[in-house]
Amino acid sequence: MTAHDLVFVIVGLVTAVSAILVVTSRHLMHAALYLALTLTGIGGVFLVLGAGFIALVQVVVYVGAVAVLFLFGLMLTRAPIGREALDSQNRGLGLAVAGALFVLLAALIIPAFGGESTAEVTGPTIEAIGIAIFADWVLPFEVLSMLLLAALIGAILLARREAGESGTEAEVTRIEMGEALADEPDRHEAVGTSAPAGELGAGGGR
Amino acid sequence: MLSEYLPILLLFVIASAFAVGSLVVSSLVGPRAPNPTKLAAYESGNEPLADVKGTRFSVKFYMVAMLFLIFDIEAVFLYPWAVVLRELGWFGLVNMTVFVLVLGVAFVYEIGRGGLEWD
Repeated sequence: MTAHDLVFVIVGLVTAVSAILVVTSRHLMHAALYLALTLTGIGGVFLVLGAGFIALVQVVVYVGAVAVLFLFGLMLTRAPIGREALDSQNRGLGLAVAGALFVLLAALIIPAFGGESTAEVTGPTIEAIGIAIFADWVLPFEVLSMLLLAALIGAILLARREAGESGTEAEVTRIEMGEALADEPDRHEAVGTSAPAGELGAGGGR
Repeated sequence: MLSEYLPILLLFVIASAFAVGSLVVSSLVGPRAPNPTKLAAYESGNEPLADVKGTRFSVKFYMVAMLFLIFDIEAVFLYPWAVVLRELGWFGLVNMTVFVLVLGVAFVYEIGRGGLEWD
């Protein structure tokens, strides 16, 4: 067992244990934090496999942004942030799906890579990826910016509508520099929440 | 090849050792004389007037996180570009400028809507 294998086993164990804790944790916030740890561990697995750039993306995007998105999502929905009401009744179904996925992946990966030598793996360097993007994949790269643009605009529109704006097209698609929202100071009163303490964070003075 | 990441591992080890060490030492050495005032919410955190459960946070937190996610993906593409910037020359610079400008459209749109004002 080389040092490489040892690192892989450690990283894999941390990932597996935290993944199990995600689904067994009784506390929704803890589950989300364990999810962040799991995603970090997956980044570590990528690192062991020699895919440094993917590991970086994994940590920057998934741990840095997606996990935070999960936490914010928990905070602003009425999710039960507590010890109750977490046990899903679908354990058998979950077990079946997870087992089927495991068998499928094993059936694909073991025949495909089972005979490969276990010599040290080397992935493409970040320089090679940079060159490849701009040498061969410039057009998809620019199209990707359009895709991200669409995602951004969609996110802005959806969040605005959920925030309790009227949601009419004329209202939503309006672009005005400067005094865009000056005429609707009480947007949040329209949310319709009956929460007596108001919104956390937005007020701060309570 | 993994040995390149040894400094990062060291950083992890030192950071966790510092965190765990601080907690252990303070729990061993620190005096404990709790009283109700000391255990109350600290500084500006008032005692909650109502049940906090069921209170929703402002959707603006989620907005910021969603915008961050997408600009994060943009930033991910800056890493391989920055590493080979000199080899790519003007071609790379122009292409990345287009990429950033297209996403800048959404940024201007969001600012124009006043979405980044916290009011």
